[in-house]
Amino acid sequence: MEKISILRNMYLNLKISKFKGIGLVFFILLLSIIIGLRNPNYLTVGNIRDMLLDTTILAIMALGMMLVIVTRGIDLSVASVLALSGMLVGLFVEKYQWAPASVTIFIGLAIGSFCGAITGFIVAKGKVMPIIATLGMMNVYRGLTFVISGGRWVNAHQMPESFKQMTRTSIFGIDFLIFIAILVYIVFYYFIYYTRTGRQIYAVGSNPEAAHITGINIDYILQLVYTLMGSLSGLAGVLWVSRYASAQSDTAMGLEMSVIAACVLGGVKITGGSGEVYGVLLGSILIGIINNALPLVRISPFWKLALQGVIILVAVIINAIIQKKVER
Amino acid sequence: MKKTSSLMLALVIALSVASSGCGRTAQISEAKKAYTIGMIVKGLGNPFMEACGKGFEEALKEYGDRAIYQGPSIPTAEGQIEIIENFIAQKIDAIVITANDAQAVVPALKKAMDAGIKVISFDSSVAAEGRLVHVNQADAKLIGRLQIQAMAEMIDYKGEIAILSAGATMTNQNAWIKYMEEELRNKKYSGMKLVTVVYGDDLRDKSYNEAMGLFKAYPNLKGIIAPTAVGLAAAANAITDAGLIGKVKLTGLGLPSEMAQWIKNGACESMFLWNPVDLGYLAGQAAHSLVTGEITGKVGEKFIAGKLGEREIIKDPTGGVQIMLGFPFKFDKSNIDKWKDIY
Repeated sequence: MEKISILRNMYLNLKISKFKGIGLVFFILLLSIIIGLRNPNYLTVGNIRDMLLDTTILAIMALGMMLVIVTRGIDLSVASVLALSGMLVGLFVEKYQWAPASVTIFIGLAIGSFCGAITGFIVAKGKVMPIIATLGMMNVYRGLTFVISGGRWVNAHQMPESFKQMTRTSIFGIDFLIFIAILVYIVFYYFIYYTRTGRQIYAVGSNPEAAHITGINIDYILQLVYTLMGSLSGLAGVLWVSRYASAQSDTAMGLEMSVIAACVLGGVKITGGSGEVYGVLLGSILIGIINNALPLVRISPFWKLALQGVIILVAVIINAIIQKKVER
Repeated sequence: MKKTSSLMLALVIALSVASSGCGRTAQISEAKKAYTIGMIVKGLGNPFMEACGKGFEEALKEYGDRAIYQGPSIPTAEGQIEIIENFIAQKIDAIVITANDAQAVVPALKKAMDAGIKVISFDSSVAAEGRLVHVNQADAKLIGRLQIQAMAEMIDYKGEIAILSAGATMTNQNAWIKYMEEELRNKKYSGMKLVTVVYGDDLRDKSYNEAMGLFKAYPNLKGIIAPTAVGLAAAANAITDAGLIGKVKLTGLGLPSEMAQWIKNGACESMFLWNPVDLGYLAGQAAHSLVTGEITGKVGEKFIAGKLGEREIIKDPTGGVQIMLGFPFKFDKSNIDKWKDIY
């Protein structure tokens, strides 16, 4: 009986979700055509691949951020966790040159989960407001990165070739970065829509009181989402350092804003309770397009920043208009 | 429950405060009359600054002076002002600073000078009224010209080139770019065309994206000049990833330790930089000479700057007076191995 109702909910979910994305898809296509007209190089296979490669790290982190925002929270510490994990992994491969590159992925995941778990504990058990708790932890993790590295950078020539090549190889013909992102999205898609815990996250976000009465362990859910967020940031740290071949204390400063923007663009409600995987993916791709395409169109760098803001605003407006039309 | 939460909040705030302020003090053996001189860098965690600090401490050691190395954890003028106020309270003898904002730190530094503290700027200068002397790494005109010359030789004096800079508001970079453009007007470069200047904001990912964008926006691009360490390394990485080694040439200003990989794989044939250890060393020497009264900050005064030999105070065309470090150094395949472990 229960199974049937879950399946029914899922069906409804997919049906509604299909509609919600249309505005964003439309806007992405429109934007691509405009940029393609200005620079034909934009719509080549090579460039689309580059663009996807650049988007993967953001897309992976945005997925975790969505779950946090769904519980009415926010995590400002993600870029710091990325930097800390990246730095520790950088120092690790510098010291143990022989270590297989795949090990670093697990180290990154472990460091990230640990950082996320601490943040989660402060939010869930300490009852500190997420924005304050994560603002604090943002500084703590960034500070730790400075302390551990002693202000030093780990440079390209100090990293083993295998580690740098990791993000430049392909698995089953798919680029490693894209492969990892697809894997993460499949796992999370299953987790969010097909497991009881996944649905409980939404219940906690849309109505905490009701969730509590139905016996959902709210503290556990909160602890879980921040830990997951941390683990994804830790993973992103490894990918970042391998891709850009440098670990420094100020890595990815300010990235948390792009991650949050990708979520909001993707329709995740900042008030909690609502947000879909495909939306976050589209939001990330849109941010990726903006970052990738603006250097391609030959305009003054001073206009780029303003244009970036305008594109995001227009995206939100078009999305809202189309959504309203479709819902009618 | 309420107690735990307020406790947690206090803990978080305490931790975040603790992590944002840190520095280090090098205690040097007590000798005769030991002066205390403080160096304020742009920000902690920057290897270039660390290298300057190393030279600075080395210089003061020669006189048995006490060196304090400090900087804000994020490179802001506010953070530096806080440190200046601190130094005034400690009544130290001299301040050596590289400014995050040439104007913003002036009032605090004036206050320090009123309190009898000698103020010197190095690397990134403070406006003339906020310092006695500026220690200049190299002539901006020369830096601009050298990079254009190197690029011209790489691409045989013809083709499109682009500049990948740091931030659009950075004084250093803009001055160099201005002189690069001036040099390009020279007749012998008539076959070269500067197609664009883009800004990577000294961010690793943005600089990488901008470089990748350049290849696609200008398919005939022959070379990139990146007068900034992060930008140069990111551009080299992008050239390698795009399989353009040898097709798009690269030069600029970078750190040997960071560029070793890319100089060896051929993405960047050669690049330039002055020696930051020497820069810090010269700043330390100048500070000591000011404190002892050997020099006072007038044009024409000379002093012996330790192992660097005699230096003279000259006029700074942008105002005030300065001391020159010297020529930028060229790094390529032949010497990179020697330098990559130094800085």
